[in-house]
Amino acid sequence: MVTLADGGGGKSAAELVEKIFLPHLSNPILSALSDGAVLPKINGRIAFTTDSFVVDPIFFPGGDIGSLAVHGTVNDLAVSGAKPLYLSAGFILEEGFPIEDLEKIAKSFGEAAKECGVLVVAGDTKVVARGGADKIFINTTGIGIVPDGVDISAKRAGEGDVIILSGTIGDHGTAILSRRKGLNFDSPVVSDSAPLNGLTAVMLEAEPDIRMMRDPTRGGLAATLTEIARASGRGIVVEEDLIPVNENVRAICELLGLDVMHVANEGKLVAFVPKNSADKVLSAMRKYPLGRDAAIIGAVGGAPGGTVEMKTSFLGRRIVEALVGDQLPRIC
Amino acid sequence: MKYLSEFRDKDVAKNICSAIKAESKRPLRIMEFCGGHTITLVKYGIPDLLPPEIELISGPGCPVCVTSKGEIDAAISLAQKENVALVSFGDMLRVPGTRTSLLGAKTEGADVRVVYSPDDAVKLALEHPSLKVVFFAVGFETTSPVTSAAVKFAELSGAENFYVLSAHKRTPPVLAALLADEVRIDAFVCPGHVTAVTGTDVYGSLTSAGKPCVVSGFEPIDILASVLCIVRQFNKGEARTEIEYSRVALAEGNVRAREIMNDVFAERDAVWRGLGLLKDGGFKVSEKYKKFDAEAVFGIRAVGDDKETPGCICDKILRGVKKPGDCPLFARACSPENPVGACMVSDEGTCSVYYRYGGKTIAE
Repeated sequence: MVTLADGGGGKSAAELVEKIFLPHLSNPILSALSDGAVLPKINGRIAFTTDSFVVDPIFFPGGDIGSLAVHGTVNDLAVSGAKPLYLSAGFILEEGFPIEDLEKIAKSFGEAAKECGVLVVAGDTKVVARGGADKIFINTTGIGIVPDGVDISAKRAGEGDVIILSGTIGDHGTAILSRRKGLNFDSPVVSDSAPLNGLTAVMLEAEPDIRMMRDPTRGGLAATLTEIARASGRGIVVEEDLIPVNENVRAICELLGLDVMHVANEGKLVAFVPKNSADKVLSAMRKYPLGRDAAIIGAVGGAPGGTVEMKTSFLGRRIVEALVGDQLPRIC
Repeated sequence: MKYLSEFRDKDVAKNICSAIKAESKRPLRIMEFCGGHTITLVKYGIPDLLPPEIELISGPGCPVCVTSKGEIDAAISLAQKENVALVSFGDMLRVPGTRTSLLGAKTEGADVRVVYSPDDAVKLALEHPSLKVVFFAVGFETTSPVTSAAVKFAELSGAENFYVLSAHKRTPPVLAALLADEVRIDAFVCPGHVTAVTGTDVYGSLTSAGKPCVVSGFEPIDILASVLCIVRQFNKGEARTEIEYSRVALAEGNVRAREIMNDVFAERDAVWRGLGLLKDGGFKVSEKYKKFDAEAVFGIRAVGDDKETPGCICDKILRGVKKPGDCPLFARACSPENPVGACMVSDEGTCSVYYRYGGKTIAE
């Protein structure tokens, strides 16, 4: 079990770092164990992002808080058009947290970083008294480099741009819900938690002038689309029938009264692409495993500025709004 | 998905719509009582598919919305007590009481927790014998049997520290009230899940007043088919109760569920937000189960005030007299982020549904 001394900066803290973290995260910059990592000279525009991870439960079908903490930050860099290079990792542990669990998380953190091709160059561990935190929280900060000619911004979404979604939506949120206390149910749905930097690289290679990309995490696709509509002042129209959803995810959402448009994803992206290069980008995405189910789901234009509308599978049209508060099942 | 895709089929919908258009002969004001129906209507854009002479009016069928301020205040006062955990469904947390909501009280330090089922509240009580667990029970005849079952579970499992604060509502009195109201309704699309428990006898007062009643499911085809049934009843000069939702609801309802509900609960007068005090409009915990009754044990009363915030017209919206777009606060001062009135709070509240699935267009 993790003790308060493990985060104290003394001998047992050093042991924790050496035994648990270094074997999985080691690289020359980190292994120097200096107070600050000194990075080689970077040429170009730097993308910089930070995110904290407090997911509950910490182990879920398709991933855990360790891999998620890597994917989350790497994906934020990737959809900014950057090639992710370096990560920092801050761990806040609750006193009494099982060492075996910490090892599992360190391992999956290390494996995820390797898969993404990023180096973990700085880290920190703190332990707080029992009840001071819930099991484990992780913060990751990432640095990446944006290639020349790439300019990803919501403001650049323009009339006629085609909207591409990289795959099915709702997998992460429903996988987490299926394991949440008080709502445990058996389901074959696994989280889609995955790194997107490989996918964004092939997309930007096919069309460097992609206007906007974002990964629809908390708040789901609805939040992402409404944010982009508001930031760009453009109207967006998507078609319900074109949005890929796993049949099991659809069933769980029906059962719990959730709108899949509001359910979180951790390995998907939406891209706003110039109309003329949409096919080129789509076929590049489909050749890549994480983009196998990629689909054109709509376009910019045809709705009042700042709003998102959906042509429903039925016959009508409706407004897509971001969710307010927590997503909760129906009560009657 | 089987049992769903059939009820969302475009071609079937087109056929029903053509039949409605061909057979509709007079203006009809049809009230859909249930918030679940309102969601389907707005989400699928059904009003646009109907001929202009058929108007659909949302009724007071959202249990969260009709919970009175007095009931919310009572729940808050219990949540603020030492060693009491107030447990409820998530939707209840943001409903404004007189001064604050349960969420506001939680932020101020009250012990407010969310469960997905009343049984989970009993389990919480069993896990923490020294904590007094109060389940804030809301809902119509769809949820009151479930609360009843939880009370029986508490009794069987010896959960001496489990209590129910009942804000449960009974639907028959509200139907009578709507009939007497200023809003003129020609026919009713009746709630499928409530009827699955109550049976169709409860609609007798409506049909004898010449109002056709059709018990409907919650998919778009269900609602369209129900509207067609109503049009046909008018054409034949009939007013009877029909069950469109025959895959779930039976004419006799669920006898077993009613038995357990009537064992654990007793009728009482209750304040419906927007409608005021309705005779026999609610349920309190029965004498037999008094030891589980939070009102008796803690000496409080979950009734009282139904005055709305100035400017808010939720009372008129709940009765179908006004629509969300008629309210000066709608999508301006009042939004799901900052609900002023109850109709904006719950996912099934009329204003919230209009805001989320079409509110902007309506407000502009």
